[in-house]
Amino acid sequence: MTNSGNKHTLSAFDEEMDKIRSLISEMGSRAESAVEGAMKALLTNDMKLAKKIRHEDKIIDKLEKEVERIIVQTIALRAPMADDLRELIAAIKISAVIERIGDYSKNIAKRVGHLKTEDFLSDNNALQRMGEIAGEMVSTAMESYAKRDIDLAIAVTRRDDDVDQLYKELFVDFVGFIAKHPEAAQEVAHLLFISKNLERIGDHSTTCAGMIYFTETGENLPDD
Amino acid sequence: MAEQNSQSDTSDDGTDAHKITARNVNVFYDDKQAIDDVSIDVDMENVTAFIGPSGCGKSTFLRTINRMNDTIPSARVEGEIKLDGKDIYDPSMDVVQLRARVGMVFQKPNPFPKSIYDNIAYGPNIHGLAANKAELDIIVERSLQRAGLWNEVKDRLSDSGTALSGGQQQRLCIARAIAVDPEVILMDEPCSALDPIATAKIEELIHELRGKYAIIIVTHNMQQAARVSQRTAFFHLGNLVEFGVTSDIFTNPQKTRTQDYITGRYG
Ligand SMILES: Nc1ncnc2c1ncn2[C@@H]1O[C@H](COP(=O)(O)OP(=O)(O)O)[C@@H](O)[C@H]1O
Ligand SMILES: [Mg+2]
Repeated sequence: MTNSGNKHTLSAFDEEMDKIRSLISEMGSRAESAVEGAMKALLTNDMKLAKKIRHEDKIIDKLEKEVERIIVQTIALRAPMADDLRELIAAIKISAVIERIGDYSKNIAKRVGHLKTEDFLSDNNALQRMGEIAGEMVSTAMESYAKRDIDLAIAVTRRDDDVDQLYKELFVDFVGFIAKHPEAAQEVAHLLFISKNLERIGDHSTTCAGMIYFTETGENLPDD
Repeated sequence: MAEQNSQSDTSDDGTDAHKITARNVNVFYDDKQAIDDVSIDVDMENVTAFIGPSGCGKSTFLRTINRMNDTIPSARVEGEIKLDGKDIYDPSMDVVQLRARVGMVFQKPNPFPKSIYDNIAYGPNIHGLAANKAELDIIVERSLQRAGLWNEVKDRLSDSGTALSGGQQQRLCIARAIAVDPEVILMDEPCSALDPIATAKIEELIHELRGKYAIIIVTHNMQQAARVSQRTAFFHLGNLVEFGVTSDIFTNPQKTRTQDYITGRYG
């Protein structure tokens, strides 16, 4: 049963819910640009941008703590039920997941400057492609959150398979590359971690989509 | 979700014999309809909560189950209510007997202005449940035990029931209902005059009585319904809007009206 759209008799309750939603949206849009920025910094070897992403992670962490504080307070004071309860439980999980996406973006950004195999990078469409899909998954998940749109949530989960598949392919490529160019092992290991981070970002976006689906329907996303 | 509901409905008891079955019940006060085509099943294993806004018909419907509406001249009941498969509105039904089988506890504790002992002994006496004083003593003690009041009153059984605290009075009324060995206990907002501690004691008592009696509790406190019941029925304007497993009703109700009410979005 989705929200009827009617307001709570207690308007302060609505205000708290609105505050939580807007904080999560802010976290989401920051995480979205962190993923994008981290990949851009990587591909253009932009140290300044990389530093900005690392700073962004700190802001996202702070926002998560703030969201958590308001949610705990709302649960304690309002004793929420039904869709309100589901939304708050989902909000705790979604904010935690966005915080992780921020971490992974930071982790990618940290590796900027350690990579000299730019040829390899710019040739490597799969990694770029993976970064694009992961970024789109985050943004679609957040759009789904804002619009309470379960079709968009389902769309996010569909893309997770693409990311997983790319990760598997990349893994084979990287290992093969190391075998041929053992001198590049360290750098390629960085790339391997980056692809793993992107794969995890895809997973977290999927978790986020699942929680949106749960909020709206009271049920878990069907596994296809 | 619907699947889960029906699963837990049967898995709890493994039978589908209900203690109470109500079918297409309508209640009128003169021309005014207070209950509109309500059908519901109540079983022994689960505490059933009736929730809904004031005036939606919870008390009216509750009173149909022990024919208390018979005492209201303007009230007229239509439809069928069966207790153990027997129509309680059948002319052959002994109403006094019925009200012993289906006990009731009211919002305001209403002990008789008599001793604690006599409050409990009254019912068993008129129903001839005790052959002598010794048997009566046993019934009194057991009832007070079950109502969680024995330890508090055992040394002052001859004190007046009305001298007890509100919460104790309510437990005395529950003990009084229990004393005649009922099968069903109806409680109409039994805690609304009580403080939180006395309320918690009644809730704990309901928990202990679960399974021994079919229990229906009307409450305007949704948290209370969530705490004490396993089945919840939501009434609105005389209609039974939704009836299901309590945890489902409070986490994922199927009707917008239910959700708006339990989340505080009602009117
Ligand atoms: N004795 C009565 N005579 C006439 N109308 C009544 C009587 N008792 C209740 N009603 C009406 O029936 C409706 C349902 O009342 P009630 O069963 O007391 O609701 P609830 O217990 O849910 O608050 C209300 O509109 C109420 O005014
Ligand atoms: Mg009432």
